[in-house]
Amino acid sequence: MTILVIAEHDNTALNAATLNVVAAAKEIGGDIEILVAGEACAAVADAAAKIDGVSKVVVADSAAYKYQIAEAMGDLVAELGAGYSHILAAATTTGKDFMPRTAALLDVNMISDIVAVESADTFVRPIYAGNAIATVQSSDSIKVITVRGTGFDAAPAEGGSAAIEANATDKTSATSAFVSEELAKSDRPDLTAAEIVISGGRGMGNGENFEILYKVADKIGAAVGASRAAVDAGFVPNDMQVGQTGKIVAPSLYIAVGISGAIQHLAGMKESKVIVAINKDEEAPIFQVADYGLVADLFDAVPELEKLV
Amino acid sequence: MKVLVAVKRVIDYNVKVRVKPDNSDVDLNNVKMAMNPFCEIAVEEAVRLKEKGVATEIVVVSIGPKVAQEQIRTSLALGADRGILIETDEKLESLTVAKLLKAVVDKEQPQLVILGKQSIDSDNNQTGQMLGALTGLPQGTFASEVVVDGDKVNVTREVDAGLRTVGLSLPAIVTTDLRLNEPRYASLPNIMKAKRKPLEVVSPADLGVEIKSTQTIVKVTPPAQRSAGIKVADVAELVDKLKNEAKVL
Repeated sequence: MTILVIAEHDNTALNAATLNVVAAAKEIGGDIEILVAGEACAAVADAAAKIDGVSKVVVADSAAYKYQIAEAMGDLVAELGAGYSHILAAATTTGKDFMPRTAALLDVNMISDIVAVESADTFVRPIYAGNAIATVQSSDSIKVITVRGTGFDAAPAEGGSAAIEANATDKTSATSAFVSEELAKSDRPDLTAAEIVISGGRGMGNGENFEILYKVADKIGAAVGASRAAVDAGFVPNDMQVGQTGKIVAPSLYIAVGISGAIQHLAGMKESKVIVAINKDEEAPIFQVADYGLVADLFDAVPELEKLV
Repeated sequence: MKVLVAVKRVIDYNVKVRVKPDNSDVDLNNVKMAMNPFCEIAVEEAVRLKEKGVATEIVVVSIGPKVAQEQIRTSLALGADRGILIETDEKLESLTVAKLLKAVVDKEQPQLVILGKQSIDSDNNQTGQMLGALTGLPQGTFASEVVVDGDKVNVTREVDAGLRTVGLSLPAIVTTDLRLNEPRYASLPNIMKAKRKPLEVVSPADLGVEIKSTQTIVKVTPPAQRSAGIKVADVAELVDKLKNEAKVL
C-alpha cells in the first residue's frame, strides 16, 4: 500500500496544510510519497523531503503547474496516481478544485473533507454543515480523499530525508489558462493555522470598525476572521470568511464579536478549543456554544479587551 | 448560446437536522425541502446571461425523486426555458450524478454548464469538477464573477488567498460561489407561466447510465455536543478566565 500526497504550495514555500495531510496518511498506514507539482519549486521539494515519514518526493516542474490549474493537475495526478492505493490532498480551494477531476478520470468516487481515519477504507467526515458525522466505507480501488486540516495534528516538518525524483510530464491545458490574481495581503497569521482567531460579524457595523479587532489581534498574535454577513455587507474580503462556505478553523481560542452564530458559521468554528462570544443580544445562538459569553456592546468591550490583554 | 443548469433538491438550509435513532442517516421525513442555495445562484446567473443577450436558451436539469419537479418548476419560474428530470429514487454518489449529467451534456450540447459549488446536504463539492473530467471541458470553480467574451469565458474564482481569474474556452463548466449574485424571487405570474413550460422526465437507463455505488454509509452520528459555558460580567473577568482558567491567553 503506497499513498500519494499532493503538496500544497505557492512554488516557494510548502503550505503547512500538507503536514496535516501527511498525518492523515500515517494513520492510514503504508509508504507515503509526495508529489510537488509547480514551476521552479525546488525549495518546496526540499521542504517536502524533510517531512517525517515521507519515503519519496516526486517533482513535476513545468509552467503547466505554476498555478495548479485543475485541468493540468487532474490529468497529472490521475496519470501518476493510478499505481497508488490512496491519493490525498488538503481540502483547500486548490485540492477541492482538482481532486474530483482526478477521481473522475480514474473512474472512482471521492471522499471529501475527512476528519478521521477508521481504517484504510473507512473514513469519517462531517455532512449537513457539520450537524451530522458520517462514517463512510469505500470499495473503490483507489481512494481519492481530501483532508480537513483541523482534523489532524501536523506531522513533524523535520526528521525525514526522502529521495527526490524528477517527473518530466507536461500537461499544459489547451482550454484553461491563468489570467490574473488578486491576493489579500496580511502580516497576521494564516486564518486556518492561527492559535487564536478573532472574528467580526454584522454587529461590527462597517469595515472601518474592524480596526478595533485588528488592534486586539496584533496584540495577541491572532488572525482575524469574519462571518458571511460581514463579508456580504462588504466590510471585509471573502478570504476572511469562516463557515461552511468559507474556511474551517479550530484554534485554541476563537473570539466571536457581533456574530449571532448561524448554523453555517458554527460549521466553520465549533471545533475550536475555547469559544468566547461578545454580543449585546443575550438570546444570540452563539451563546449556546460559547465557553465564555459576555453580553455587552462590542464597541465598549473590544477596546477594553485590547487594554487588558 | 445554450446554458445548462443543474439543480438539486435538498433539506432547507434553515432546518436543524436530526440524526435517526438507528444512526443510519439523518431524518428527512416531514422536513422542509428546497433548492440548494448554490443552485439558486446558478439559475440566477443563467437568467442574467439571458437578460444580457448572451444566453438564448436555459435548460435546467435535476436528478432525484418525482418531487424534485418542484425545484425544476421553481427554476422555470425564475426564468429557465425548459426542464429535464432524471427520475430515480436511489441515493446517488457524485460520480454517478456526473455521469448522468455528461449524458445530458452530450445530448443538449450546451456552451456553458452552471452548477452550484456544493450541495449543503452532502457537502461534497465534487460534481462540477467530475463533469469537467468526464466531458473533457475546462472548469471555473467557486466563481464570484463570470464574463462571457465571444468563444471564451473569464471566471473569477474565490480561492483561499483571495481571488484568481482563469480564462476558459467554451464550452465550459462553472460552479457558483455565494457571492456570484443575489438570486431573485419568483413572481406569482411567473410561477403560473412556469406550469406550462416543458418538463421532460427520463430515467437513468434512458441515458444509458448504470447506477452503481462504491460508498457505504457505515453510520451517521450527531456531532459531539458543546454545552453552553458561563456568562461573565465584564471584560476584566473575561480576560482573567482566559488567562487563569482556560489558559489560552
